[in-house]
Amino acid sequence: MNDDKPKASEEQLAYAGLLGNGAWTGLGILVITFIIYVSGLLPNVVDFNKLQSLWKLRAADYIHETGAPVGWGWASLLNNGDMLNFIGVAVLAGVTMACYLRVVPIFIRKKDTTYLIIALLEVCVLLLAASGILTAGGH
Amino acid sequence: MLPGTLKILKTFVAVMVFLTLILGVATAFASTEALTLSQEPTSDVAWWVWPLALFVFTFVLGIVAVLGGVGGGVLYVPIVSGFFPFHLDFVRATGLLVALSTALAAGPGLLKRNLASLRLSMPMALIASAAAIGGAMIGLALPTNIVQTLLGATIIGIVFILLLAKKSDFPIVPKPDALSSALGIMGIYREESLGKDIEWHVHRTPQALFLFIIIGVMAGMFGLGAGWANVPVLNLLMGAPLKVSVASSVFLLSITDTAAAWVFINKGAVLPLMVVPSVIGVMLGSRIGVKILATAKPKVIKWMVIGLLFVSGLRALLKGLGIWN
Repeated sequence: MNDDKPKASEEQLAYAGLLGNGAWTGLGILVITFIIYVSGLLPNVVDFNKLQSLWKLRAADYIHETGAPVGWGWASLLNNGDMLNFIGVAVLAGVTMACYLRVVPIFIRKKDTTYLIIALLEVCVLLLAASGILTAGGH
Repeated sequence: MLPGTLKILKTFVAVMVFLTLILGVATAFASTEALTLSQEPTSDVAWWVWPLALFVFTFVLGIVAVLGGVGGGVLYVPIVSGFFPFHLDFVRATGLLVALSTALAAGPGLLKRNLASLRLSMPMALIASAAAIGGAMIGLALPTNIVQTLLGATIIGIVFILLLAKKSDFPIVPKPDALSSALGIMGIYREESLGKDIEWHVHRTPQALFLFIIIGVMAGMFGLGAGWANVPVLNLLMGAPLKVSVASSVFLLSITDTAAAWVFINKGAVLPLMVVPSVIGVMLGSRIGVKILATAKPKVIKWMVIGLLFVSGLRALLKGLGIWN
């Protein structure tokens, strides 16, 4: 059957394909790791029962009270149930960057310099945000 | 009274009662929690009650958000920060991840159907995501009461935008501006309701880019999805067709919220016990909402959402000002 509907561009379809796979992978990991977390199979950095008196605090005070990691510190504590959940969170927050990198070669091949630059700048912005270099003062 | 009106009224009352019950239970739990905490460091409420309450609440929220035509994030942050015991830092981080997850799940379909436009979204996203990082940093640095007050004022402002902003299915763009022409921002999509292809282009791109700085800052600072602002800018200012604007707005959220979410993740403001039940609840609720949408009366729900936003915005404002704690 001939489908004469307007087609999305090559880069848009490539972006969509990776975005779909990444999003559902991230959500799947999030569910699995959460089940492991609440089942109590692994120890936690912050005990469940203590959480209730801690989640009223500012994030900076919570970190100070619990010694929970900031930045990418969770990656070295994956033997803990609560830290395991950050894998899914990182996948969800990282998939957009991967999608931008996916379309870079297409823009190069198409000689679309403007969008190539926009894509590379966006990767830089997201890398900067993900790096943990940017910190804000706490109260 | 007409039977149709009676049916709408019944639906409205039923949904309002249900939401009131949920908010009431949440507030009651929060009060118990506050009372217990003032006496001893741990609570009598079992830890699992809160994720379960969040899941139930966000499930309903997901349904209501779809029926009301708003993003989950814009409802999540003011309501959860107003009626649940979590600190605003954690609520904003979770709100961002809720908005991000729903945008990530919807994005691929919208891009493949050519409703969301990569060429329209990428320049806007670059500006908005950089601004969102700044917004998130400002939000984490400011005292909580100031952020809460600003959040309340913003939510009440959103209520007025929802009430007053008109939408245009196919805005007239006499001539694309120089910047959009240089960037090649244009497209074509199949309008199924008319059975024909619609070609579109945009104008006033520089003004839109400027507004996306403000939108990005607000999205990052308050952890709100920014569909309420994206759509009017894309549709009314730039002149993109309504469907393209809504779809591109959802896709834009996936980029803007990603940038802001990383700041919150790196600051340790992500609590898995909040994030996972909220994300799963909203996503399941949204799926049910889409199914209900076929038979529901969205106008009634939209009014209910506006009312709910106004109450939660007022709550945030008064909480921030120390009048209603």
